[in-house]
Amino acid sequence: MNARNIYDLLLQPFRPWLLGHDFEAIDPWIEVSGEGLPEIARFLRDQDELAFDVLHCVTAVDYFEPDEKKAAKVEWQPHLELIYHLSSTKRRHRLVLKVKLPRWKDDRPGELPEVPSVSGVWSTADWHEREVFDLMGVRFLGHPDPRRILCPEDWEGHPLRKDYRMPTEYHGIQAR
Amino acid sequence: MQAERAKSDTVEFDVRTDEMLINMGPQHPSTHGVLRVVLRTDGEVVSEVTPHIGYLHRSAEKIAEKLTVRQYLPFTDRLDYLAGMNMNLGWALTVEKLLGQRVSEKTRRLRVIIAELNRIASHLVAAGCFGLDLGSFTPFMWTFREREKIVDLFEEICGARLTYSYLLPGGVTAGPPDGWFGRCEAFLDQFEPVIDELHAVLTNNAIFIKRTAGIGVLPPEMAIDYGCTGPVLRASGVDWDLRRDGEPIYTEMYDGYTWQVIAPINGRYPDDHPYPPVPPEAVVGDSWHRFFVRMLEVVQSMYLIRQGIEKYSADDGELDKPIEIRKKLPKGEAYLETEAPKGQMGFMIVGDGSAVPWRVRIRSSSFCNISPLPELCRGVLIADMPAILASLDIVLGEIDR
Repeated sequence: MNARNIYDLLLQPFRPWLLGHDFEAIDPWIEVSGEGLPEIARFLRDQDELAFDVLHCVTAVDYFEPDEKKAAKVEWQPHLELIYHLSSTKRRHRLVLKVKLPRWKDDRPGELPEVPSVSGVWSTADWHEREVFDLMGVRFLGHPDPRRILCPEDWEGHPLRKDYRMPTEYHGIQAR
Repeated sequence: MQAERAKSDTVEFDVRTDEMLINMGPQHPSTHGVLRVVLRTDGEVVSEVTPHIGYLHRSAEKIAEKLTVRQYLPFTDRLDYLAGMNMNLGWALTVEKLLGQRVSEKTRRLRVIIAELNRIASHLVAAGCFGLDLGSFTPFMWTFREREKIVDLFEEICGARLTYSYLLPGGVTAGPPDGWFGRCEAFLDQFEPVIDELHAVLTNNAIFIKRTAGIGVLPPEMAIDYGCTGPVLRASGVDWDLRRDGEPIYTEMYDGYTWQVIAPINGRYPDDHPYPPVPPEAVVGDSWHRFFVRMLEVVQSMYLIRQGIEKYSADDGELDKPIEIRKKLPKGEAYLETEAPKGQMGFMIVGDGSAVPWRVRIRSSSFCNISPLPELCRGVLIADMPAILASLDIVLGEIDR
């Protein structure tokens, strides 16, 4: 089943939560809203003709250009994008789900954006969401163990953000 | 008298030990790198396991946002450093997918030979270290002796012994030197009987079976749920191998080869080769099967290399040249997973029209394979814990990135 058929199947129950799609991209994707994500995820996993039982990867991309000169030229507004790569061992098809988030919750710098966790649907998401929280700064609501995973627990900031500045000192270790 | 015996019985069952927290690693020989595992134990029984990772975190994804895709290639070697060629291949194919480029048939033939050779080397390390973790030193020496010969072959082909950077996006800078394929075949010929020796000291060894059969059983549903891939997934009886089931850009490399996906389907392995029998104690999905799947894949890789050499020699096409260092990437995203020895290794590149990727994501196979560890280790003995960990065959360079 290709992304277009899957989109048609999702259209009936979840129309208000489907925000966009691109079927011509290298990896065809469907954009959904954050609030509808867990229900759509459960639908994708449990529906027999879809049977998306594998979540390969959760990726976050930071669309933000720190350089003001370059920022004037880019065609997007600053935002974060979560990308979920799914596939099915039974039906042998793939899908990419996207969720767009603001860089900061309510545009208050320092307040992390929030999205519901899908770790109850696919256990892969457990560690992957921890990693996204650690490196990109997204808070996953309902996550069973929302700790940092790669950085030390007292690390400050989220290193994969485009405006991240490396600390000059960490516990007496000079970083620069 | 009766009452006294009853009393002693109650005392017998009432012996309580304090729960103890044991810290295993980050410097521990059986954690295969800098993994730290905190065990909550009740006597000899492990009741809870918490893995802590990140000790080898080198910001691989952040570095990729500063380099062009060809400049980044040496960093992929350092992910799974036991299978550098497979990491190079995964990166090269992802770049090619983003660029919409296809390499020549001859280049694909060469890639199969190199990738499968490295798969043998990686599985040999897994098998040897498995024995070492269970206390037998001999197989470790034997497997490293054989791996050394593969490393020598790679040194001849690209100059490096561990971090190869050989399979570049778009092609290779130079083909193998004269007589290399002859030496490669000579290696396979002398290596084939060694596999039987390894079966004798490990696979069918009574002690090894006792230590691994029925230990750490990973049901197929849990394996899929946790995103386990590679030999870990296949040993649970899931017939899934990206070399056959992956995306066309990857599977076309393996078109025209005769080989089998190694997985115990309904408890039975393929019978295209005189493999040793499965002991009755072994349960599908346990540590023994994870080990056995790797040993059988080594044989399949040998078949693939032999066919690859034949096809490569018969092919009178040209090897492709790699892309230029500052090749501009199109706008768009490409995600591709390949079947690395440890599991499915995925790379994602987000291009923004310049030569440097906007964002790179590395989906590591060991990262997912180790995540069910708390489930697998609940209720096992402390001594079984290294056996389970060794059977998952993790590499921390890839987990921490």
